[in-house]
Amino acid sequence: MASPGEETVIITHVGKKKKAPSRYWQEQQKEETTDGAVKGTTEPTVVEEKTPKQKKRKLKHDQNKNKKFISGKSDPFPGYAPIPGDRLQKFKRKEKINKPPRQHFKLRKLIVRSEEASEMAQKQAARFDLLLPEEAGFLEGDEGEDTCLVSQEDIANAVDITSGAKHFNLKLSQFGPYRVDYNKTGRHLLIGGRRGHVACIDWQSKHLMCEINVMESVNDVKWLHSESMYAVAQKKWLYIYDSKGIELHCIRKFNDVLRMQFLPYHFLLATASATSFLQYLDVSVGKEVAAINTKTGRLDVMCQNPQNAIIHLGHPNGTVTLWSPNQKEALVKMLCHQGGVRSVAVDKTGTYMVTSGMDKKLKVYDIRAFKPLKSYFLPAGASCLSLSQRGLLSAATGDIVQVYRDVWSSPVTKPYMAHRVRGAVWGLHFCPFEDVLGVGHQDGFTSMLVPGAGEPNFDGLDANPFRSAKQRQEWEVKALLDKIQPELISLNPTELGHVDRATFQQKHEDRVKALGFDPLAKVKFIPKYKKKGRSSAGRVEKRKKQVAHEDQRDIIRKAMEDKKKTDEEQNRKEQKKALLSSQKSALDRFKK
Amino acid sequence: MKVKVLSRNPDDYVRETKLDIQRVPRNYDPTLHPFEVPREYTRALNATKLERVFAKPFLGSLDGHRDGVNCLAKHTKSLSTLLSGSCDGEVKVWNLSKRECVRTLQAHEGFVRGMVVRFCGTSFFTVGDDKTIKHWKMETPGYGEEEEPLNTILGKTVFTGLDHHQKEGVFATCGQQVDIWDEQRSSPIRSFTWGVDSFSAVRFNPVETELLASCASDRSIVLYDMRESAPLKKVIMTMRSNTLCWNPMEAYYFTCANEDYNLYTYDMRYLEKPQMVHMDHVSAVLDVDYSPTGQEFVSASFDKTVRIFPRDAGHSREVYHTKRMQHVICIKWSSDSKYILSGSDEMNIRLWKANAAEKLGVLAPREKEAANYSQKLKEKFQNHPQIRRIARHRHLPKSIYHQTKELRVMKEARRRKEMNVRKHSKPGAVPVVSEKEKHVVAVVK
Repeated sequence: MASPGEETVIITHVGKKKKAPSRYWQEQQKEETTDGAVKGTTEPTVVEEKTPKQKKRKLKHDQNKNKKFISGKSDPFPGYAPIPGDRLQKFKRKEKINKPPRQHFKLRKLIVRSEEASEMAQKQAARFDLLLPEEAGFLEGDEGEDTCLVSQEDIANAVDITSGAKHFNLKLSQFGPYRVDYNKTGRHLLIGGRRGHVACIDWQSKHLMCEINVMESVNDVKWLHSESMYAVAQKKWLYIYDSKGIELHCIRKFNDVLRMQFLPYHFLLATASATSFLQYLDVSVGKEVAAINTKTGRLDVMCQNPQNAIIHLGHPNGTVTLWSPNQKEALVKMLCHQGGVRSVAVDKTGTYMVTSGMDKKLKVYDIRAFKPLKSYFLPAGASCLSLSQRGLLSAATGDIVQVYRDVWSSPVTKPYMAHRVRGAVWGLHFCPFEDVLGVGHQDGFTSMLVPGAGEPNFDGLDANPFRSAKQRQEWEVKALLDKIQPELISLNPTELGHVDRATFQQKHEDRVKALGFDPLAKVKFIPKYKKKGRSSAGRVEKRKKQVAHEDQRDIIRKAMEDKKKTDEEQNRKEQKKALLSSQKSALDRFKK
Repeated sequence: MKVKVLSRNPDDYVRETKLDIQRVPRNYDPTLHPFEVPREYTRALNATKLERVFAKPFLGSLDGHRDGVNCLAKHTKSLSTLLSGSCDGEVKVWNLSKRECVRTLQAHEGFVRGMVVRFCGTSFFTVGDDKTIKHWKMETPGYGEEEEPLNTILGKTVFTGLDHHQKEGVFATCGQQVDIWDEQRSSPIRSFTWGVDSFSAVRFNPVETELLASCASDRSIVLYDMRESAPLKKVIMTMRSNTLCWNPMEAYYFTCANEDYNLYTYDMRYLEKPQMVHMDHVSAVLDVDYSPTGQEFVSASFDKTVRIFPRDAGHSREVYHTKRMQHVICIKWSSDSKYILSGSDEMNIRLWKANAAEKLGVLAPREKEAANYSQKLKEKFQNHPQIRRIARHRHLPKSIYHQTKELRVMKEARRRKEMNVRKHSKPGAVPVVSEKEKHVVAVVK
C-alpha cells in the first residue's frame, strides 16, 4: 500500500501530465472490457486461479482497482499472470479423486488439503517453467532446401566456435568397430573398440582421461553411476575399470556378456549374455541381484525403459520381451517383426518404443497400451537405434546415420538429418543435454551435431554437467541414500503411491497363508470322550448326528425365515394390487 | 539455413569465485525426475530408520530427594523452574536448565500430598499428611531469614489433593470432601460432598474457570460448579480413577487415569460413554498430564513406564522406561511442550524429550527444512507395512512385554467366552457391549 502512495506524491511534485502516452496494452484492455466474459470462455488455454486464498487476494486487488491512483491510472494486468494450460498439464500428477462422504470429515479435510497443496505445487512449477533460461536448438532449411542435405561441416561453420568444436572425428581404424556411451551428465564419453581398445574422454575439452587396451575382444562398454567407473564386457568376463584405467573388478559370475544397461536410480547393471542369461549386478554393494535364464538364445539387442527401469530384449524370432529382476518369466512378450529384431529404443517419457527388424521395417509402439502406432519401411533396414531426450530418432543403415523427427506423432517421409560415416555403424548414442550424437563405427568415432536433440535445461540436483568434484561427491552420497531397491521395479512405477484395495477374498487367502489354517472354516465336531460306557461307538455316532442335525436345523431355520420374508413381501404386493384393483369400474358388473 | 545448437555459457552455471555458493539450476519437468514415488518411499524409509536410530529421549535426572517423589508442580511463569514434593515432607525447587536444586524446604511432616503454583507465579501452596495447607513465597528467603510459610491453615482432616483457580485467589482441596478456599480466609467458603468419604484429586477447568472435577474413591468422577452449592453430576466407573487432567485447548474434554490400566477421555457434556479408551499400560495408571497443545497427553503408571498417547488414539505412540526407574508416581508435560518430567518411587525426577528423535538446540534453516521434509514423507508413507513396522517398534522390558502378551491372551479369552455365551443363549439376551460402554456403570445428576 505504501509504494503506490509514494508514487502519486512524486507525480504531483513533478506536475500534472496532460495525457499519458498510449501504450500497446491499452487498446487490448478496452477490447477485454467490452467482451471480457465471452473472451474468457472462448480461450481455453488460460487457466484462472480459484483457490480461496487467492480469491481473497483478488478481492483486495479489486478494491485497489476501484480506488484508482490519483493519476487516474489503473493496473493494466490485475491479479496473477495466467498460466498456459499446456504447461499446467505438463506438471499434472494425478486426476482428482472423489471426495469421501461428509461423515468422514477428517479424511475429507485431509484430501482437500493435500489436493490444494499439490495444485499449488503444480502452479508454481508451471510458473517456474516459464523462467527456464535455455531454449532448444533447431535447424530450418531455406525455401526448397532440405535439412537432410545440410552437411555437418556447414552446421559446424554456421554455429559458434565452441559448438562447432563439438563436431569431430576420431580416426581409429586399427581397433574398430566401436561401441559408444555417454555418462548421465553428458560430459564424458566412453568408447570401446571391438579389438580391445577402451578410452574415456572428457569430450568437450577433448581431454583424454584414460586409454587402455584390454587385449581381449570388447562387446560393450558402459559408464556406471558416475564418471569414475565404467564396466567393460569382454570376451569372457565382465570387468570394472576406474577412470584411470585401473582394473577394479573382474566379475566371474557374468560371462559372455554382449550388451549392458545401467539403471542409474537402482544402481543396477543389467547384462545380457550370449548364453541367454539376463543378469543384474548391484554396483553399490557388488552383489548379483538376479540371474534370469531367458531361454531365448543369444541376447544382443537390449535397451531400458528410463521411466520404469524395465529391460527390453529383442530376439531373433521377432519378439521383444520386457523383464524385471523380480520375475523369472518375461513380463510382456510382443511380436514386433517378421524377421529378427535388430535394435530397440525407448523414449525418455517411457511412452514409445521404436524397434527395427530384419524385415527392414521400423516400427513405433505405445508401450503403455502395447499397441503399434506407426510402421515405416527402410530400404536398407536400421542396425542401430537411439532416441534423444527431445524425441529425435537416429537410425543407422550401413554407414549412413539418419535422424528422424516426430516419428510417433506424424507420418515421416524423409529424415531430418543424414550423415555418412567412414565405416559400418556399430554404436549410436545421443549425448544428454547436448545437441550431439555420438557414432561409433568401423573407422573410429564421429561426433555429429544434431540441433534440437538435447534437453536444454538440466536439473542441477539430478545431472549437472557443470558440477564440481565436491558437488559430485555430495550427489553421490545422496543418490546412494535414495537408491531404489530392485524389488520396487515394476511396469507402473507409481503403483507404490496407490491404495491397495485388496478384495475380501484376497485378504482371506493371505490370512489363511499366514496362519496356516482357515479361521473361517467350520470346525469339525469331535465328540468328547465320556466315561461309564457313554462313549460307545453307537452313542458317539448319535452325538455326532445330534450336532449335525443341529447345524442342519440352523440352515433350515434360516431358509424358512428367508422364505417367510419373501412370502410376506409377495403377500404385501398382492394385497396392494388387490386394493388397487378393488376399486370397481363401471364395467365390472358385466363380469361373470 | 537457420540453425541453433545448444551452447551454454559456463559463466551462467559455475560460481564466479570460490567464496560463492555453487549454482544449482533447477528444472522441475517430471520426465527429468523419474521414479518419483519409489524414491520418496526410499527416503521415507530412511527417515523412519534414522528416527529410530536417533530416538534418545532421556535427558537427565534430578536427584536429591531422600524419599519417593510424590508430586510435581510446574511454575506458571518460568519455564525453567520445577517444584517437587517428596514422601518425607520435603519440597525442592529446581532449576531445569542448570539441572540443579535451588531451594529445599521441609514443608510438612509426612507426605507432601499436593502442590500448586499460584497463577501469578509468586507463591505456591502445599498440602500434606499433617492436615495443613501451607502458602509459601516463591522467592528464596534472604541470608539469615527463617524458611517460613506465608500462611498455614490447619484443616480437620488429611488433604489429598490441591488445585488453584486460574484467575482468582481461590483454591480447592480434596480429602474427605472437596473444599473451596479463599486465600484470605482460614475456613473453606464452600464444601462439596456426595455420599463419598474420600477424594484423590481435584482439578480446575482451565477455560471454564469455575468448573472443577474430582476423582472419588467410590469409583466416580464428580463435576462441580464453584458458584453452586451442590455438585453437578458424576459418572461411576467399574474401577477407581486416580487423577484426571483437563485438555487445555478443548476444555470440555478431560482424561482420567484409572486403576484398570486404562485411561479414559470423557466429554464433560456426555458422560454416558467415554470418547476414547486409551489402553497399553499393564498396571494401574497413576498420573496424567496434557501437552499444552492439547493434542497429546502423557501418563505415568505403576508398571514403571511413561507413555505418550495422542488425544484421539486408543494406543500410545511412545513408551519411555529405564532400568532404574521404579513406579512412576507423578508426571508433568512442560509448558513449552518439548519436555516431560516424571517423578518416581526411587527418589529421582527424570527429564525426557517429548519427541524422542528431536534434535535439541538451535537448528539451522536447512536442518529445519530437512526435518520438516522427512516428517512429511514419514506421514505420507506411514501406512506402508515396512515403514509402519519400523516406526512402531519399541523395545520393552521383558516383564512388561510378557504382561502385555498375557493381557492380550486374557482379553481374547474373555471375548471368545462372551461370544460362546452369546451363541448358546437366546438371541438378544447377551447384547454386544462396546469397549467404551463396558467401563461406565452409571451417570448420576
